[in-house]
Amino acid sequence: MKSLKKFALGMAVAGLAATAASAETVKIAYIDPLSGPFAATGTNGLHQYEFAADKLVNEKGGVLDGQMFEIVPFDNKISPKESLIQLQVAIDQGIRYVVQGNSSGVANALTDAIAKHNNRNPDDRVLFLNYSAVDPALTNEKCNFWHFRFDAHADMKMDALTDVMAENEDLEKVYVIGQDYSFGKAVASAAVRMLAAKRPDVEIVGNELHPIGKVQDFTPYARKIVSSGADAMITGNWGSDMLGLGKAVIENGFSGPIYTYYGAADGITAAFGETGVGSLKLVAEGGNNPPSKEAAQDYIRAFKEKYPDGNISQARITNVIEMLAMAVNEAGTATDVVAVANALEGMEFTDSLWSDNPMVMRADDHQLIQEVHIYGHVPVEAPFDFDNSGYGLKYENSIVNAGADLPTTCEMERP
Amino acid sequence: MSLFIVNILDGLVTGLLLFMLCSGLTLIFSMMGVLNFAHASFYMLGAYFAYQISLFAGFWVGLIVAPIIVGVMGALIERYGLRRVHQYGHVPELIFTFGLALLIEEFVQFFWGRQQVPYNPPAALDFTAFAIAGNTFPAYKVFMIFMAIGLFLVLLYILTRTRIGMTIQAALSYPETVQNLGHNVPMVFMGVFGVGTAMAGLAGVIAGPVMGTFPGMAFTLGAIVFVCIVVGGLGSLWGALVASLLIGWIQTFAASYNLRMEDLLVWLGFEKPMLMWESAWQDLWTLTLPQVGPILPYLLMVIVLVVRPQGLFGKRET
Repeated sequence: MKSLKKFALGMAVAGLAATAASAETVKIAYIDPLSGPFAATGTNGLHQYEFAADKLVNEKGGVLDGQMFEIVPFDNKISPKESLIQLQVAIDQGIRYVVQGNSSGVANALTDAIAKHNNRNPDDRVLFLNYSAVDPALTNEKCNFWHFRFDAHADMKMDALTDVMAENEDLEKVYVIGQDYSFGKAVASAAVRMLAAKRPDVEIVGNELHPIGKVQDFTPYARKIVSSGADAMITGNWGSDMLGLGKAVIENGFSGPIYTYYGAADGITAAFGETGVGSLKLVAEGGNNPPSKEAAQDYIRAFKEKYPDGNISQARITNVIEMLAMAVNEAGTATDVVAVANALEGMEFTDSLWSDNPMVMRADDHQLIQEVHIYGHVPVEAPFDFDNSGYGLKYENSIVNAGADLPTTCEMERP
Repeated sequence: MSLFIVNILDGLVTGLLLFMLCSGLTLIFSMMGVLNFAHASFYMLGAYFAYQISLFAGFWVGLIVAPIIVGVMGALIERYGLRRVHQYGHVPELIFTFGLALLIEEFVQFFWGRQQVPYNPPAALDFTAFAIAGNTFPAYKVFMIFMAIGLFLVLLYILTRTRIGMTIQAALSYPETVQNLGHNVPMVFMGVFGVGTAMAGLAGVIAGPVMGTFPGMAFTLGAIVFVCIVVGGLGSLWGALVASLLIGWIQTFAASYNLRMEDLLVWLGFEKPMLMWESAWQDLWTLTLPQVGPILPYLLMVIVLVVRPQGLFGKRET
């Protein structure tokens, strides 16, 4: 009996201690795939978040009066349905910040659910910090006050890409190919629309969609692309579809540039190796390799020491963490997310690890306006390469404030 | 016209690769009467083993050693797994091979991760063999063609000209009788299973650098292999060859020519809706041949099953 009492007392004390500890931390729910076919990407992202929180916030004394950032992982198996369940679990645990990036389908479900939740429960509202889902709708017709996007969306990237392509005098024919689903279609229509506006003389010699994840051999597609006489091709493919298509076109004699959204990291850089040099390009935000700032170089070195097989493939993750820390400090609170959102809105962020130019979280639609680069796949010295392959990405062209002139249709309702 | 010739060659490569998988599977299927769901997984294992070996000893050692390892694994799995399950009937066997496929996929992900591994053609074959009107044909693909044809000839010789082959052929049709004549039929089964998986492994070794070596490679090829043996007919080497080539060409040509459903429907006399995006038939009107390409082999299978259930070259009903 006595021991039971002691045990109960101990439990109560431990419980108290736990509540005290949790009041000291700012919890951030990471809702992304940690199992299944996309687990590699999700796990790598989680490592980048944990590392960024430790390195950029906690080791510098945390936010406010010493509160630490804590990343709490939730596995959504890249399913929108599962994500909503995990979101509820996160909210029940008192978490007020949600980060997610893989798949715009998931992001669309989350942003709706969070907007609804925040309207109904003004006492425990949450913010959605989207670091990778690039469906333009999220900061246009589907925008809301609780959603912030730190990546450039698909149209902004295409805008930057077509700016660069438009300057190429020799460009006459372009082939557009993608996976047969919403993102592939969005990329294709943006490419056709923007090329027509910027270079009406350029001919789109092919515009097609292939079944997603079903094509075993891309050789026939490669033949069509080569035979069409295209000088350049654009694709939004990712994963094995990206690799299969890219390798097939290069092997079968295509020598022009291959502009991609996702043609790097997660094994793709290593698999292309020498063959991709000179043809594989990628449009994204982020830093050069090695980055120009000494601090950023040290950051990558430290990350590679901790995760030798990992990649800093999503530079924007550090921006999410640093901007959130700034906003919390500015608002003077981590629990009143409206104040934090107001601080984030319109925030100018000048000392990103990766960029010398300021970034702005546009107030109209909560879209981060930043530099977008066209990278080339080239030999890169360790540890700034990807997949430890000796190859990586270096700047070829940079567009400052990419897509800032793209109009937004967002009509935001503020609380 | 030049594109047509290139497509013929590309389809030949795809078809012959498929043949290396089907030939083993069709023998296994007709002997044991069980669909080996894990067959494509052995193909994947072949690619991964060869990749691992190529890191230390180069591509050519992997080409020889990897299929042997896969074949021995296959034989052991038959001897100590499948044979024990066999006595409980076909359904447990089927479930066994299905479980094996999942197990192998997890095994591969555990050791090599979920990402694609950089398994590339050897430097000696990394050049352009010839080009037809700007379309280059890599030397590696020529090598693939010769490997597959060589394998076919060797198999054909063994199965039709040697004593072992005759025993196998007999065991295919009348296993009890062959057993009564004093042949060790379980041993033959184990041998066929081992050789069948070794050929799948060899297919993986030479396909890995072209098709990509990743944990999903078994899955993408798994179903099409069954189509191939059903169309070709059980136990028939020629059937497997013809069906594989047919499927290879269907897939290649379907992906190559942008025939549109719109043209077909207009030709058939239907009127194109003025506002396509408001039409209920929008999805049908905007279909193109490359989009339906992946289902054509299955369509072929259904047609063959209806018209000729024993397959193109099959000798017995199942």
